Amino acid sequence: MSKIELTLKIWRQAKSDAPGRLQTYASGPISTDMSFLEMLDVLNERLTREGEEPVAFDHDCREGICGMCGAVVNGHPHGPEKETTLCQLHMRHFKDGDTLVIEPFRAKAYKIEKDLVVDRSSLDKMIISGGFVSVNTGGAPDANGIPIPQKNAEEAMDAAACIGCGACVAACPNASAMLFVAAKVSHLALLPQGQPEQARRALDMVREMDALGFGNCSNERECEAACPKGISIRNIARLNREFLKAAIFSDED
Amino acid sequence: MGLIGSLYRSSVGKKSIMAASGLLLSLFLLTHMLGNSVSFLGRNAFNTYAERLHSLGVLVYIFEIGLLTLFLIHIITGIILYLENLQARPARYSVNTSEGGRSWGSRTMPYTGVIILIFIIVHLMNFHFTDKSVPVADLVRELLSSPSLAFFYIFSLVALALHLSHGFWSLFQSIGFNHEKYNPLLMKGALVFSILMGTVFILIPVLTLVSRSFLL
Repeated sequence: MSKIELTLKIWRQAKSDAPGRLQTYASGPISTDMSFLEMLDVLNERLTREGEEPVAFDHDCREGICGMCGAVVNGHPHGPEKETTLCQLHMRHFKDGDTLVIEPFRAKAYKIEKDLVVDRSSLDKMIISGGFVSVNTGGAPDANGIPIPQKNAEEAMDAAACIGCGACVAACPNASAMLFVAAKVSHLALLPQGQPEQARRALDMVREMDALGFGNCSNERECEAACPKGISIRNIARLNREFLKAAIFSDED
Repeated sequence: MGLIGSLYRSSVGKKSIMAASGLLLSLFLLTHMLGNSVSFLGRNAFNTYAERLHSLGVLVYIFEIGLLTLFLIHIITGIILYLENLQARPARYSVNTSEGGRSWGSRTMPYTGVIILIFIIVHLMNFHFTDKSVPVADLVRELLSSPSLAFFYIFSLVALALHLSHGFWSLFQSIGFNHEKYNPLLMKGALVFSILMGTVFILIPVLTLVSRSFLL
């Protein structure tokens, strides 16, 4: 087990409306087998012992599937590794003596609660506005009762891989939430169960996204590259298609 | 107005308007490029082409008004989108890096757009709001033999090529056309399209500067 020592520049902000700033800490010896969040745990234990306020950060499953964790490391949401959440990023990817600048996800539609903790409930609001399907109550339907082409099932599954961490917004130069909305709209538009609300969903989710203050997509492709689940911008094209189809041809408004 | 209004109220709608106007402007550029390439056939061919074009009469005016409308739609929508995007992230990051998705073309879209707008104004002053009795070949030689103006043309046309390298792919994505089979072709196609456009347009100021016999 090898150890490395890092210089950490971490965004400290006491509460939402307080001014924040980058504060520099020496990491002390860090095992390369640790995850990024364990490295922060080590720092926080020391800060607590020294009577300082520990760094607040979001985390839950630490298995890369819950979408709770996330911070911007040296300009990269979830750090520099491809398709890896912050909790699954291991310290072996860093070198002894590296300086890491750790900042919260930033967007007008994201509110910083404290330090690296960001309120991303705007993502939930978009799901509430249209990311659902209607099902009949009663007996459970037979599995595979409705035929679905294998390719559609695969593409819907790829879109459903979104864990809702919101790194796409953090990575987008325009703080646009298009990849998140596109993943949900694609997931449901590709399946027969999503058809009844198809037009309504595309219109409502885009309207909610705009109202929450997210930016416009300019096809920079940064979201796709930052996404820890590798969700493709082909989903964004599908969202554009679904939206235009609904706006031009459906009688929904 | 209902549909246009509702498109303008939404981000995806505005992008589709940007894409549709961009596509039509690209088609105009294509015809402009084909017209310009007549200059490589010599002075007489180029002057004849210009005279034939001007002799279309009222059609020219209709086309000009359509083109002006398209430009205004593209510019105004672009400015609205740019300002909205600035507001979407009020606090900037201390460290700004790319994830690898952005290209030179995509990151400079608003700036190359401004350069193109300034260029169009100068270009119209040079060739449109001017004495039409002078044969076009003489006008080109007279204006572009000045190195400063020629370099301004070359610089602006490089910006145009950069703008197209992102725009000509991006517009298909914005109207929802992204297909496994055709997307790699589209991305390469946008690059080829922008390089071809840039090269043909830039050859005219370059040839005027370096060749003594061009258009004479």
